[in-house]
Amino acid sequence: MTILPFLSAGWIFLAGVYGLVTSRNAIHAVGCLAVAQSSTYVLLLTVGYRRGGTAPYFTDTPLGTRVVDPVVQALALTDVVVGATVTALLLGLVMQVRKRHGTVDPDALTGLKG
Amino acid sequence: MNGAVAQDYVIAVALVLVTVSATAAALTRDPMRQAVVLAMLGLCLAVLFTLLQAPDVALSQVAVGTVVTPLLILLTVRKVRGTSSGGDDGRRR
Amino acid sequence: MSRTARIRLFWVAAAVFAVAYTAACTGLPRFGTEVHPYGTRAVTSALHRHTANAVSAVNFDQRALDTLGEESILFAAVLGTIVLLRRTRDERVGQPTAGRVLPSTRLLGLVLLPVTLLTGVYIVAHGQLSPGGGFQGGVILATGLHMAYVAADYRVLKRVRPLSVLDVADAVGAGAFVALGFAGLIAGGAYLQNVLPLGTFGQLSSGGLVPVLNAAVGVEVGSGLIVLLASFLDQAVEVRSQDRSGSGGGT
Repeated sequence: MTILPFLSAGWIFLAGVYGLVTSRNAIHAVGCLAVAQSSTYVLLLTVGYRRGGTAPYFTDTPLGTRVVDPVVQALALTDVVVGATVTALLLGLVMQVRKRHGTVDPDALTGLKG
Repeated sequence: MNGAVAQDYVIAVALVLVTVSATAAALTRDPMRQAVVLAMLGLCLAVLFTLLQAPDVALSQVAVGTVVTPLLILLTVRKVRGTSSGGDDGRRR
Repeated sequence: MSRTARIRLFWVAAAVFAVAYTAACTGLPRFGTEVHPYGTRAVTSALHRHTANAVSAVNFDQRALDTLGEESILFAAVLGTIVLLRRTRDERVGQPTAGRVLPSTRLLGLVLLPVTLLTGVYIVAHGQLSPGGGFQGGVILATGLHMAYVAADYRVLKRVRPLSVLDVADAVGAGAFVALGFAGLIAGGAYLQNVLPLGTFGQLSSGGLVPVLNAAVGVEVGSGLIVLLASFLDQAVEVRSQDRSGSGGGT
């Protein structure tokens, strides 16, 4: 349990990229990208964890309590929401590819077509 | 220090759940099913983030990961299948 | 590149990554470490600025410029999706048929819709005090509105969703963040510097610029996501391509 959390983040990343590389459906590829992206949240938050610490809010916890690192949480927080809109952009692209080329298989999209 | 050790084990369980569901999501080839597995992954991630004392991130993860992303994928699948008149998806199997 | 070559390349790259990553992880401080130099400084700085939620303090005060970048990405992604999914000339709009909704579902949706919207507003407004803020609250607002779709049908959703207003709200939210940055310059400080009165610690009005920026982001994320989901729903539910027999065709 010392570096295992970090390694599991690496595993999730590789699993996502593996799905992305072997994908035969662009929608599935976008989903795999979301998986790979979630590995960064796992890594960030496990790096910032402090054993026995509480969440970094001081509304009803006394000042000077042991808290976990708020910086990594701020990084992950904005990216979760922004990542969703980027996923939407990619899915919009998939819809357009489907309309113009009649397929969502990335391997079938060979060469440029007007 | 006993409580902290117990918390470590709970985090380890959540971490295993996240890893397993992430692997399952990457290996699920059918986008329709993948959307469901991704929703489960989102839920597991939210639990893990809560245990890692990050309620802020868990809050946005639970809304984005379990609702928005799977919904977008399902809508895209519906659009893509709706215009393909069936034959295209069967061909790839 | 052929498919087999690509997968082979992946395995090579994955092996290299796995070795390098594992080696890097052994050099990191252990999981649950006591030493968080940046975290400790961020907490001290947040308390200094009377912001009880240290995460919001990092996002909207200490690293506000980064958040400006993030919300610009969000704005650009929403804009790009709208442009990609706009109705083209060869598409016509079909009238979606309303499905049957169970009365209990309808009642539950009717009760939950205002509750969820209120929760969203609460979470945006209390971003400087408790877990929450513009990003999370905005998402809750956007998804809460779609309760109308679950409980009733698409036409009801269209009625409770003034898209032209939300389009403008999205841009206003993004613009307000940029504009609020100039407050720091006018007051003689740096761009996005927290120059507003800091208020009493733990009060709703504490944190200076933090709640204001939270509100701007809340408006942007909320309206942006509704517009985004609207263009997806539009494509999936309403728009029918003219050419239904062929397989699309490259025009």
